[in-house]
Amino acid sequence: MRRSITIILVILRKEFLQIFRNRGMLPIIFIMPFIQLLILSNAATFDVKNVPFHLQDFDRSSLSAKLAEQFTGSGYFRLTGESFGSTQAIGELVGRRADLVLVIPKDFERDLEVSGSAPVQLVINAEDGFSAGVIQGYTSQIIADFNREHRALFSAAGAGRVFPEIRIKSSAWYNPELEYSHYMVPGILVILVTMVGLFLSGMNVVREKEVGTIDQINVTPVRSTEFIAGKILPFWIIGLGELSLGLFIARFVFHVPMQGSYLLVYLVASIYLLVVLGMGLLISTVTETQQQAMFIAWFFMVIFTLLSGLFTSIESMPHWARNMTMFNPVRHFVDIMRRVMLKGSGLAEISRPLLILCAYAVAMLSLAVNRYRKVSA
Amino acid sequence: MIAPSAVRIAEVGKSFGAVKALGRVDLDIPQGELFGCIGADGAGKTTLFRIICTLLLPDRGRAEVLGFDSVSDFREIRRRLGYMPGRFSLYQDLSVEENLRFFAAVFGTTVGENYDLIKDIYTQLEPFRERRAGKLSGGMKQKLALCCALVHRPELLVLDEPTTGVDAVSRREFWQMLKRLKAEGITILVSTPYMDEAVLCDRIAFLQKGSVLGVDTPCGITGLFTRPLYAVRARQKYRLITALRRYPHAASAYAFGGSVHYSDKRPAADLRDLLAWLDASGLEDAGITQIEPGIEDAFMALMELQGETGTEGADG
Repeated sequence: MRRSITIILVILRKEFLQIFRNRGMLPIIFIMPFIQLLILSNAATFDVKNVPFHLQDFDRSSLSAKLAEQFTGSGYFRLTGESFGSTQAIGELVGRRADLVLVIPKDFERDLEVSGSAPVQLVINAEDGFSAGVIQGYTSQIIADFNREHRALFSAAGAGRVFPEIRIKSSAWYNPELEYSHYMVPGILVILVTMVGLFLSGMNVVREKEVGTIDQINVTPVRSTEFIAGKILPFWIIGLGELSLGLFIARFVFHVPMQGSYLLVYLVASIYLLVVLGMGLLISTVTETQQQAMFIAWFFMVIFTLLSGLFTSIESMPHWARNMTMFNPVRHFVDIMRRVMLKGSGLAEISRPLLILCAYAVAMLSLAVNRYRKVSA
Repeated sequence: MIAPSAVRIAEVGKSFGAVKALGRVDLDIPQGELFGCIGADGAGKTTLFRIICTLLLPDRGRAEVLGFDSVSDFREIRRRLGYMPGRFSLYQDLSVEENLRFFAAVFGTTVGENYDLIKDIYTQLEPFRERRAGKLSGGMKQKLALCCALVHRPELLVLDEPTTGVDAVSRREFWQMLKRLKAEGITILVSTPYMDEAVLCDRIAFLQKGSVLGVDTPCGITGLFTRPLYAVRARQKYRLITALRRYPHAASAYAFGGSVHYSDKRPAADLRDLLAWLDASGLEDAGITQIEPGIEDAFMALMELQGETGTEGADG
């Protein structure tokens, strides 16, 4: 046992010497992730603001002008032009000068006053279905507001009839201001830790194979468990360091709240890193060149990220894809991070995804050790 | 008294897919011997060495190293073995000293503990202690690799083409070091493509296409060559070889440096008749001198022999 610990420490020391000597690698480990965190967290937002908006007002009445004003005054839409020809509006959409066209037909005001209803046409660019949905949400809210005010106007002037209505007032829990960065930063942190862990460990053993040093190691009495432990430990430490820096940035740059406990986050991260590093080493032992390892690591990284629920919600995925995400360690860690940081979930609430991660860690590590043994024997 | 075996190989075979790397190899290397393996590239030297070093599992047969089975007792062997692969396999981004310390530590020892063994070699490396291994010259890299393979005082040292790509002076120094290590009682197994180095071994094994053609002392091996041997010279060398090979009594004709080594099927060659034959072939300037066979001649003869029995074997 003592001999094993000594050997693991010797390998650990060697790995750190090599990592810190590699001038090309250091910035990749310590600077790139945080540039990514800063850029992605600011850029990856679901807010749709300043939608270019084109107006075709055929009525040119005071009421139609009021409706148009409500659009421009909402803060979501930016008027980019007005026209009166039907083909022109399409041209604006195709030319990407507008994502929304509001068409107010002739006699809009008169119809509304006489019959109490009048149609308007909204043409939304739905290339990006998600944004189109958000734009539609905004527009229906504006029109509903307009309807309400308009009726109030009439009822005040008219016979004093009261229109009963239900008003819905919603409040968002756990992220009351609906700050997207609060939602995104914990997830992006997970991606960064995964990326650094998977790539560093994935490139590591295969590099020793490429250079030939693995032969020299294999003829020594170092056991495969000691070797894998000595390989995992440095990246495990780097991964946790990376997470700490990321949490620091989350707290002081993005002001993401920490409702739960840091201790719990670190507990989960230390298990999660074993999964990622085990997987990296597994990739490393089954490949022959760093290039192969790189491509395989990328393949998994992309699938894991897209199926993690970070950018697209898992609830909206088809059934089979939702089942697939259960095998995605990134999904579970993203889930846990959001729950702990934003909701303050405790160990009991996250026990299910945590157990899945534990099982994953055991499986990955034993596979990696096993594969390495086969290669060396 | 016969020394106990350091390496005993019995009927070992190994294939990589359809490629047969080792046919059926038997070998016995006593302790304390400086044993050489020669053979062309692809003869199976590296495969054999990797089996001995427990890096490869043989498909069949058994390799016993220092009294331990190479498959079941690989851990015991690894503790007692020093291996220097053909390709420089140390950490290029670590310094000379860091490499040496690392390998000492991995074997549970320190550089100081066995310093007397590596002292002669290490003193030459000392000025470059801080230099990264990747930045060393070929000869220095080889010395560092030897140091790292020796740092735990192995009982058996396996060196796979240690002098390939190393300059002539370093090569000579290297073999002097091996002699000293042998004097320390370390069994040494070394492969080399250079015949002049093979002569420096206690015994040599010839490998060809995955089988051992013969094992003997350098003297014994050259003794295998019983036919009279002649060096034939002429300006047009290619024409000379073809003419000699066409000669009805020719046993063999191979180019060796400036001359062609020729052996005759008859117990005593008729040189006058041969000269006349060469003259008729347009080689008026040909000259013949009888020479002592060297190790390379023996190697060629063994290969020839193997070729003949090989084709017979293929039919049966």
